[in-house]
Amino acid sequence: MLKLDEIQRRLIAEIAGLHKVPIGAYNFRANSQLAGRNTTANIDITSKDDGSGIDIRVKDGTKNESVHIPVVLSASGIKETVYNDFYIGENCDVVIVAGCGIDNCGNQDSEHDGVHRFFVGKNSKVKYVEKHYGSGDGAGQKILNPLTEVSLNDDSIMEMEMVQIKGVDSTNRVTTAELKTGAKLIVRERLMTHGAQKAYSTYKITLNGENSGADVVSRGVAKGKSFQKLDLCVIGNAPCNGHTECDSIIMDEGKILAVPSLEANHVDAMLFHEAAIGKIAGEQLIKLMTLGLTEQEAEEQIISGFLK
Amino acid sequence: MLELRDIFFSVDKNEIIRGVNLTVENNKFVVITGPNGGGKSTLARLIMGIEKPTGGKIIFDGQDITDADITERAQFGISFAFQQPVRFKGIEVFDLLKLSAGGKLPFNKACDYLSAVGLCARDYINREVNSSLSGGEVKRIEIATILARKTKLSIFDEPEAGIDLWSFKHLIQIFEDMRKNIDGGSIVIISHQERILSIADEIIVLAEGQIKNRGAAEKILPEIINTESVLRECEKLKR
Ligand SMILES: Nc1ncnc2c1ncn2[C@@H]1O[C@H](COP(=O)(O)OP(=O)(O)OP(=O)(O)O)[C@@H](O)[C@H]1O
Ligand SMILES: [Mg+2]
Repeated sequence: MLKLDEIQRRLIAEIAGLHKVPIGAYNFRANSQLAGRNTTANIDITSKDDGSGIDIRVKDGTKNESVHIPVVLSASGIKETVYNDFYIGENCDVVIVAGCGIDNCGNQDSEHDGVHRFFVGKNSKVKYVEKHYGSGDGAGQKILNPLTEVSLNDDSIMEMEMVQIKGVDSTNRVTTAELKTGAKLIVRERLMTHGAQKAYSTYKITLNGENSGADVVSRGVAKGKSFQKLDLCVIGNAPCNGHTECDSIIMDEGKILAVPSLEANHVDAMLFHEAAIGKIAGEQLIKLMTLGLTEQEAEEQIISGFLK
Repeated sequence: MLELRDIFFSVDKNEIIRGVNLTVENNKFVVITGPNGGGKSTLARLIMGIEKPTGGKIIFDGQDITDADITERAQFGISFAFQQPVRFKGIEVFDLLKLSAGGKLPFNKACDYLSAVGLCARDYINREVNSSLSGGEVKRIEIATILARKTKLSIFDEPEAGIDLWSFKHLIQIFEDMRKNIDGGSIVIISHQERILSIADEIIVLAEGQIKNRGAAEKILPEIINTESVLRECEKLKR
């Protein structure tokens, strides 16, 4: 069974919404140790020979199955880099729930750098959910630097939901994707930073195949003195459709820098970008206040809706 | 219930409301009408506390609320349906109705409010109140939020705008029901619509920031029926 303490269980509930052992395949990692693993007839999980991470293999035709691979750090001063490779066969339909929670009450920094590589086979559909969360008010920083590489084969679809809601002091997220014929990538990113946090999020999506498409929407809220930099880049090398959107709210003394870029290398590449940064609309606050909410309550409702 | 004493409001040197005195008694249905730009919405925003008067006093239920903020006035029992409803990213219709009802609201009750404004609850309850809704749809949802609030004083700013004719009859029904069901409650509607004007206990004509005329519907309606502000669109075009 799972070898997890109370704090680790709470972190897992935050990042994966899990209150008990999930159904299907899973691999739990706690303080750099394996805390539990389950494989199924169609989904195999093996540790890499050098111990640097895991390989997840999903057989052709696997449908309606899920893989949970949460990571928690509850001891101060851990710094780890983990390599996880996902090999998704053809004609699959699977859900992958990842995520990392750090609780750091100590004085040393805790850092988890996850390198995830996805190789999605023809005609497969993958939903990937990743939540990052930090807690504990020690002087030690909670640092997460995920590097995600996605390679989508013909007519495959990958939907990514990436959320960082609270408590991560520093993050540098880099996501790259390469799409073949007819492949689709949908990304929904939600970032909230507060205090003196810093978040960098970079996307580089290359649309190589005919009729490939990407839709990336990043919503961010920067409170306190926090800083966010969003760097969304789409490259179209074929007849394709690319859309990116940065939609951000700044509060207090927050700062947000949005750097969109589009590169079209084919006459039939259709690429769009939208970006908007601003404070909460005054009319929204007023409307909720006319319903009896205080300004603070109104603000919370607007932010939580925006980041939903 | 509500008393405006010598209200003035100006922005920079521009006087928008110029000495308005008005009393709304309990159980009354008051309609404010008048030309575009006459100051109707501004007056409603002053009552709700969205704007603060540059002169005068606002009394609600015997209490001076001139310095009360929006939240306090909402809690005292004033609600306000905007002329142009606000849209939110991510907030769903059900969320907004729950907030309107003070936090908790049974699902079936929320559905009742939506049906009352002519929206099929199943299709709308989980829609986001964002820019994907049509003008008439947000307008109806805005009215539903006021139904959910059940306050003593409900102010509607041009509730009929953007609402199709079939629903218009229902809208009138809503106001009549509200009046029956809220004990001692009063309704103030800003409107240009003859049908709404005709069911008022009192009509107030506001132009250039002043009350130009007031009285029972039977008296006022014939006097203003031929003026610009209550002409229907097609009649204007015919001229
Ligand atoms: N904050 C403001 N700053 C400057 N002018 C304003 C402001 N608010 C209102 N006004 C002006 O005051 C006048 C009254 O506006 P108001 O919106 O109250 O009119 P209304 O009677 O509701 O008109 P309508 O029938 O078109 O809705 C208008 O000329 C408007 O431009
Ligand atoms: Mg108006």
